[in-house]
Amino acid sequence: MDEISAGFIRAIQLIVTLDPQVVEITARSLSISLTSVFIASLIDIPIGGIIQFHNFRGKRALINLIQTFYSLPTVTVGLLVFLLLSRSGPLGSLGLLFSPEGMIIGQTILITPIMLGLTISALGGVSVQIKETAMSLGATDLQVIFTILKEAKAAVIAAILLGFGRALSEVGVAMMIGGNIRGYTRVLTTAISLETSMGDLELSMALGIILISISLAVNLLLNRIQGR
Amino acid sequence: MEGKVLKISMLLLALAVLCTAVGVADNSRLKIATTTSLYDTGLLDFLQGKYEDKYNASVSIVSGGTGIAIQYGQRGDVDLLMIHDKARELKFVQDGDGLQRRCIAYNYFVIVGPKNDPAGIKGMNATQALKIIMEKGKADPNNVKFVSRGDNSGTQAREQLLWKNAGYNYSKINNSGPWYIDAGSGMGATLLMTNEKSAYTLSDTGTYMAYRGNLSLVPLIEGGNDLLNVYVAIAINPKKHPGVNCEAANQFINYLVSAEGQKLIADYGKDKYGQPLFFPAAGNCDKIGCSAAECAVPTNASCAAA
Amino acid sequence: MALIEIKGLYKSFGKSEILNDINLDMEEGKVMALIGPTGSGKTTLLRHIDTLDQPTRGSIFFHGEDICRLSSKEKFLVRRRMAMVFQKPVMFNRSVYENVSYGLKVRSKENSRDDVLHTLDEVGLTGYESRSATTLSGGEMQRIALARAMVIKPEVLLLDEPTANLDQKSASAIDDLIERLAHGGTTVIIASHNMTECRRLANRFAILVNGKITRTGRPNDIQLDRGQYIGFLESIDPSDKT
Repeated sequence: MDEISAGFIRAIQLIVTLDPQVVEITARSLSISLTSVFIASLIDIPIGGIIQFHNFRGKRALINLIQTFYSLPTVTVGLLVFLLLSRSGPLGSLGLLFSPEGMIIGQTILITPIMLGLTISALGGVSVQIKETAMSLGATDLQVIFTILKEAKAAVIAAILLGFGRALSEVGVAMMIGGNIRGYTRVLTTAISLETSMGDLELSMALGIILISISLAVNLLLNRIQGR
Repeated sequence: MEGKVLKISMLLLALAVLCTAVGVADNSRLKIATTTSLYDTGLLDFLQGKYEDKYNASVSIVSGGTGIAIQYGQRGDVDLLMIHDKARELKFVQDGDGLQRRCIAYNYFVIVGPKNDPAGIKGMNATQALKIIMEKGKADPNNVKFVSRGDNSGTQAREQLLWKNAGYNYSKINNSGPWYIDAGSGMGATLLMTNEKSAYTLSDTGTYMAYRGNLSLVPLIEGGNDLLNVYVAIAINPKKHPGVNCEAANQFINYLVSAEGQKLIADYGKDKYGQPLFFPAAGNCDKIGCSAAECAVPTNASCAAA
Repeated sequence: MALIEIKGLYKSFGKSEILNDINLDMEEGKVMALIGPTGSGKTTLLRHIDTLDQPTRGSIFFHGEDICRLSSKEKFLVRRRMAMVFQKPVMFNRSVYENVSYGLKVRSKENSRDDVLHTLDEVGLTGYESRSATTLSGGEMQRIALARAMVIKPEVLLLDEPTANLDQKSASAIDDLIERLAHGGTTVIIASHNMTECRRLANRFAILVNGKITRTGRPNDIQLDRGQYIGFLESIDPSDKT
């Protein structure tokens, strides 16, 4: 019990005094996860729109498949992207393994199913009359999609926030693709895992508290948006 | 309406570009895959800082067991290996994956265990000790346990070698009962687990000393040739793995074997632990079984690609 | 040449025939009323004219061009010359102003504030512009939907039961408005089962029963008073007592 309370106090100190290591790792975590979520949004929202607004054979099966991948294990994605980015792999010449860019690729792949699936159901929640009203008022296809996106705004933002939460809290991709390199690819989750194995529980706890606080903030935001 | 969406998108894009620019893919970086013992003791962090200052270079260190480090090397994912398993090192160079093997430092493995030493191994040699731990562990697994790295690391390779020397088939040991715990973790985590379970384990001295403050384990068997632990550095062969940063790898090796590098290794940890964690290879070549050509001399391998 | 000519139009969903050999001409600047009970195919016919539905067979000519054979890009250009008000209009989850200005905005007509406010005046909702459209009453929504269509100044205005949700007074105000639009030269096609409304507004009638046009003509040709009309509806669908 003593260890926990002492660790907790030291953790708070590290946060309050803006310990450079804590700040640096937190900033890197945020920037990598935000970039992943941004790229995933650019890919998944339009593709979600295409899937939702077109009828084709196997659409239902495709959506089922996407939903199956919601809980894609992070280490599996990590392994897959590792094999892709490794110098002996198909994208090896890019030299992206053990780099923040590689982690962004991995996290983007990791969160794509959940963001794609939730975008599709967000857009599906907008009535077909909205689409037809926009069409009959002279909107182009693209304007129709923008209109529906705007109607589904709250649900789409929820999809984005959930993607961000998953990217921020995952450890498999960050460890396997990033390699947990100090000052380069070390993020909150990999640092916690390393510091715990090295017995530095105070730093681990400080980073853990930050991670929980960010998740909490994201959840509050989510509740506010959904409550509106 | 689209105008606003577009503006927001552009803003976010700019933000993302800014974020990525912070850590833009940077191929001048030297990527090192290291065994956990060199990393968890803080030695490599320390050497990295000195090296980066002196050469204005950036170094990335990926820490794992010797097994995964060799994997990274075989795939060309890193530029330099720092490992400690002679058999696999020789094969790695022979297969053309690595250029030249350079011994840089050594210390000893140590068998650590609970202070009351329930198996009574103190003073034995390593193979005898393992044999006794196994016999007593099978008879009384509640009191006598052994934790193995179980991660294909250099330390585990040594453990397997010791079992072989003691006359056992390792695959039989690994499944012989609850006394034998396969941790699947790095050295530090394995020591912490051994401590929690009041068990025995084989550790390198460096990591054990770095963690000693958090442990109630004591060293029971130290020294002896069968516990000798030699660390080497090997640059990845650019002929087999085009694109690796061979010049930077050679520069780092040459820094480690230089008088300055060897002194940094020899002195590391003295102030904190009262004794060094590693010994320099230079001057001890015979003792550690490294030929003069491989021992703490600058590398002369060509970095010409195929 | 008529502005809109419908030739041999069929539409079926599975086995049920919604439209069955529709042939109809509509002249420019006139008001055409489609009369018939619920489920007779009025709405489906309007949707075909607005190119929202694709017929199983047959053609609709607009300015002499068969709009059923156009690509989706070309259909969009046809839709830009028309506007349709649905029977139960939905509002975009935005302000009244943004709803009414939607059609102008997608046409990049940004400096149209006066037009929007003027149209709101015309439908009797002066001062509503900053209200949230989704919180309005059914009658108010109906009027916003009409304003949203009118403000574009379409060549053809398609109205599906425009007064069905309204009380007597609002309904007659809407009818006044439609009358003014018709005088202004807009071609109006109105689906309704309110005989009085149709007789007041329309230059031409078409009676639709079970997806078939049973009679067409001028208001004077089809002399039905209200009682007869109800009798006529009951003969087709006893449940509809409008």
